[in-house]
Order: sequence, then structure tokens, then C-alpha cells
Amino acid sequence: MEKRAHFSGWTLPLLLILPQMAITVIFFYWPASQAIWQSFLREDAFGLASEFVGFENYIGLFEQPEYYRAMVTTVIFSTLVAFFSMSVALLLASQADKNIRGGHAFKTLLIWPYAVAPAIAGVLWIFMFHPTLGTLARPIRAAGIDWNPMLNGNHAMILLVLSATWKHISYNFLFFLAGLQAIPKSVIEAGAIDGAGPMRRFWTIIFPLLSPTTFFLLVVTVVYVFFETFGIIDAVTGGGPAGQTTTLVYKVYADGRLGGDLGGSAAQSVILMVIVIALTAIQFRYVERKVQY
Amino acid sequence: MAGVTLDTVRKIYAGNVEAVKGVSLGIEDGSFCVLVGPSGCGKSTLLRMIAGLETISGGEIKIGDRVVNKVEPADRDIAMVFQNYALYPHMSVYDNMAYGLKNRKTPKDEIEKRVKEAARILAIESFLERKPRQLSGGQRQRVAMGRAIVRKPQVFLFDEPLSNLDAKLRVQMRVEIKRLQKALGVTSIYVTHDQVEAMTLSDKLVVMSGGQIEQVGSPAEVYRRPETRFVATFIGSPPMNILPGKVEGPGRVSVGGQTIAVTDMREGLTPGSAIEVGLRPEDVQAGGSAGASSLSMDVDFVEELGATQLFHGKVGGTEFVVQASTGQIPADSRKLTLSIDPANVHLFDPQTTKRLGRV
Repeated sequence: MEKRAHFSGWTLPLLLILPQMAITVIFFYWPASQAIWQSFLREDAFGLASEFVGFENYIGLFEQPEYYRAMVTTVIFSTLVAFFSMSVALLLASQADKNIRGGHAFKTLLIWPYAVAPAIAGVLWIFMFHPTLGTLARPIRAAGIDWNPMLNGNHAMILLVLSATWKHISYNFLFFLAGLQAIPKSVIEAGAIDGAGPMRRFWTIIFPLLSPTTFFLLVVTVVYVFFETFGIIDAVTGGGPAGQTTTLVYKVYADGRLGGDLGGSAAQSVILMVIVIALTAIQFRYVERKVQY
Repeated sequence: MAGVTLDTVRKIYAGNVEAVKGVSLGIEDGSFCVLVGPSGCGKSTLLRMIAGLETISGGEIKIGDRVVNKVEPADRDIAMVFQNYALYPHMSVYDNMAYGLKNRKTPKDEIEKRVKEAARILAIESFLERKPRQLSGGQRQRVAMGRAIVRKPQVFLFDEPLSNLDAKLRVQMRVEIKRLQKALGVTSIYVTHDQVEAMTLSDKLVVMSGGQIEQVGSPAEVYRRPETRFVATFIGSPPMNILPGKVEGPGRVSVGGQTIAVTDMREGLTPGSAIEVGLRPEDVQAGGSAGASSLSMDVDFVEELGATQLFHGKVGGTEFVVQASTGQIPADSRKLTLSIDPANVHLFDPQTTKRLGRV
């Protein structure tokens, strides 16, 4: 059954879609087209003159070793954050799904980190793990580890992964919990009668049935790590030490805003845009096929 | 194979809600026991306690000679068929049936043999590679049955397995379940709210209400000699008519000033005391002439059921239904004379609702 509204003229339907169209054009298509246009220009540092240079910005980009390094950093960063934020969220959700006392408060509290702005989350974590000020850094240093995310690239990456993971667990938790609650109780009970212990039930029944949720969250989490961790990176490491935690999106900012290379920065944004469009397309195709199990 | 014994089994939920109030029941090895009752009577809770899906608040459950109160469902050697089938949606029909055997580390060729055998019995051999969502309701039901029988358990548990099927399929599956159970000879406990299913399937019928057993017996016994007013009105369709009456003397009661004879009546009841008179719509002969034991009825309307007709009306001011073969009585009758066989009158105590038959 399809419900359709029928309009006699064109005026009303056009008026009705106008706000949506205006928002999409002003806030998405126009900036996107600006970025594409700018990626073909070379501008002087003061923004006074610019010239059309074709694909030179792109070519220059792929000749930079820093760009490949940022790619590798992004892959490592997103793999770690996706793995930890999803597995911890799934663990918490499967506990919250049980009928436990205080489960409601537990669920509510777990959602709070999602409401914290990325930059503030980053500041919180740097306060805890700052080599000299950090309350949690002191015991680590006392344990004989030369903890210093300001100088050690691996330490900086660990700190970033921790803060980005912490912030995204809430989101993944919510979806995993909803996914778990959608699995009929009787299917789990049938598994129990069929002789599967709790771990075996989880891996052979629950986890496969959650796969649509898991896939959706994988895409969303990767997009999150690619773009929304900018605030965290900026607050925690600023892409350092020595560019070791500069991801693709942070490099866009570093080159364009700090380095003044607007054309090269625009070219990088266009590449990022292509990546996210591809990810979204994959997700939509998967969801639309509705092949769930 | 094993029988099942329940000894004052209780279930108390948080907040002191007592869902099962001390049920004792012995189910013989190989018999088909049906628990029937209205929703909320505790029958499903009782079944889930036998399965091990609910904890037991009090009493003891034995499968064979083993007390299973603290035994995990997997180790009770039972199989269960759920109302919504509870098939694993991501597994093929074959894997659904093989899952329990795989978990028990059964050799591969043995699994294959048993699954093929079960599939043959249930006529689902051609669906083994399909996923549950590609099957119809009746086919899913068969797979759920297959999953239970491949395990060769001591006891089958059925939790309203037919209530999601359409009426025609339900009748067909009912017959198949009965045939299968007879062939396999496995002790079965079946929960339903449908009294037709209960009557047709059971060797042993257990009628429950409010967390307690009202009556246990063969279907024929329960139908012919209901022990309480609840059982009398619950088993039988359309339900038994209950009329307020008065004791006249030994073997005689009156309803709305008309006296009828009763065979099965407790001795020593005080004449003049109130009593409830139960008459099944199908036990009443309509259309005769007023005799020694007859009632007159004012007809309000007639329901057509094809082979039979239901005459709705009043006897002595109380609602009354009579079933008669179509054409036996003119459908436009305004008044009927009902002749009553004294053997078909059931008497109940208005206070305790218990049967007042011969002791």
C-alpha cells in the first residue's frame, strides 16, 4: 500500500520542498562546489590573487610523503577506534540487556559521554594524561614508564584512541542495545535448550543476528573517526608530535588554515568527500538489499 | 524415556505475585499430557519451569528419577517447541535441526542421519537448504518439530505451538503431532488455551485456573464429570449453561419453579438450599412435550452453524443455549420445551463451586 498525496498544481509542492532544497543547496552543494572549484586554483597566502592550475594541487598532494603518512595514520587510528569502541559497546550492551537491578540508571549514564563536545572530551583526557599535570599520568610514570604523549608519537596515538573511543562508545552502545532487544527471547531460550552455553549462544546466535547493526555501526564509526575526531585531535595533540597523529582531516586544517595552502587543502577535502560518499553508498546498498542473515 | 513428576511446585515473581500455587502432578512415561486454561492461569510458567527457563520458587520437579530443580535446560534432556517457533533465522533448516546435536558433539554422519530421518518423517526434505524466512507458517512449525525430534529427548514440551497457524492448518498439524507422539512414544507436555486441542490431543488433561490445578483426568472424564464449575464452563463448546436452582429433595432440584430429576446428586442436601444446575447445550433435548423432567425456554434468537443450530434464550430468567440438529426444531419457535435426561445434570455448590455429585 502506497500513500501518495496528489496536488493539482505545481506551486504548493514546490513551496513545500523549498526549505529542504534551500538548506541542502546552501549548506551542502554550495560549499562542496566551492571546495571543488578551489581545489583547481592556487591562491597566494593573503587571498589577494588566485590562478587556475588544473590538477596541479592533486598531483602535488600525491607527491608529498606526508600525505601518505597521514593516510596510514588515519587507517591505524580508525581501525583501533572502530574495534575498541564497538567491542566495548557490545560488551556493555549485552550486560545492560540482562534484567538487572539499576539497569535503567546504567543505560542513562552510559549515554552521557555522547553529549560532550569533542574538543571538551579532548581537554578532559589531556588533563588526565598530561605528562606533568595529568592525575593519571603520574601513576604511569611512577610505574617506570616514560609516559609522554607530547614527545612520543605512540603515546599520543594511544591517548587519542582512548579519548575518541570513550566518546563514541555511547553511540554504539545505544544501537547495539536496540539490536539486542530486537532478538526474540525465545530464540535465545531455544539455544539454551539446544545445549549451547552462554558464550556459544553469543557467537553462534546473537552475534550473527546482530550483523546488520554491526555493519551499520562500522560505517558510522569510520565516518566518525575520519571527520568528527578533529576536535579531539586538535585539543589533545594538535596533530603532533612532529605530525605523527595528523590524520587526513587534520591535515586539511593544518595545510589550509595553518599552512595557508588553500588549493591543496581543498583538493584534500575533495578526496575525503569522495571517500565518505563511497562509504555511504556501500552502506545504503547493503541496507537496501536487506539481506540480513 | 521418562515420566515427569511435580511436587507442590510454586512460582513466586518479584513483588510477591504467585503465578503457580503449589502444583502436584504425575505424568506417566510416554503419555501425552495437556495443560489447558485461560491466559494467566500459570500453565506456560509451569511448562517453562519444567524446561528450566524459569527458576523454581518452591517444590520439586523430577524428570525420571532425577530432581532437576537446579539443572540447566541443556542438561535436562528435553526439547521444546515454542509458540513463535523460535527458529534461528540466520541458519538453514538443516542447521537449525543440527544445532543441538552439534552442541552435544554428535559425530557428523550421525547428525546427518538423524536430520535426514526427521526431515523424512515431517516431509520437509526439500526445504533443508532454505532459511526459515523462506518458509510458510506450517513449514516453520514442522522445522521446529524436527529440531525437537532429532535430539531424541526424554520429554517434549510444547508451548502453544499451533496458535500462530490458520484454522485449517491447525487441525492438520494437531493430527500430525498426535500421530508423531504416538509413533515416537516420547512423554509430552503440551500447553494450550484451546479446549479442542486439549481434548483431542491429551491422554491426560490438566485444567488449570489461577495458578492451581482444577481437575486432572482423561478428556472423557473431564467432559462427563467436571469437578468444578470452572471446568464445566471451560471444557465444552458452547459452554455449559449454569442455572441457579434449589434443592427439592433426593434426586430432585427446581429451576425457576420447574422441577427436574438428577441422577448424580450428593446425599443429605438440605431441601430449599441454593444450588447451581449445569446443563450442556448438546445434552438437552428440545421440542418434546412437557414431562416429568422438563424445562420451558423462551427463545430470543437462533445462530446457524450449518449442521447444528444454537437457540439462545432464557430459562427461568437466566441465559440459556440449546444445540439442536438443523431442521429438528422450527427456527421460528418462540417457546421450547426441553426434556432433561437426569444423567446429564451437573450440580455445583454456589459457594465453593465444587461438584455436588455422589461421593
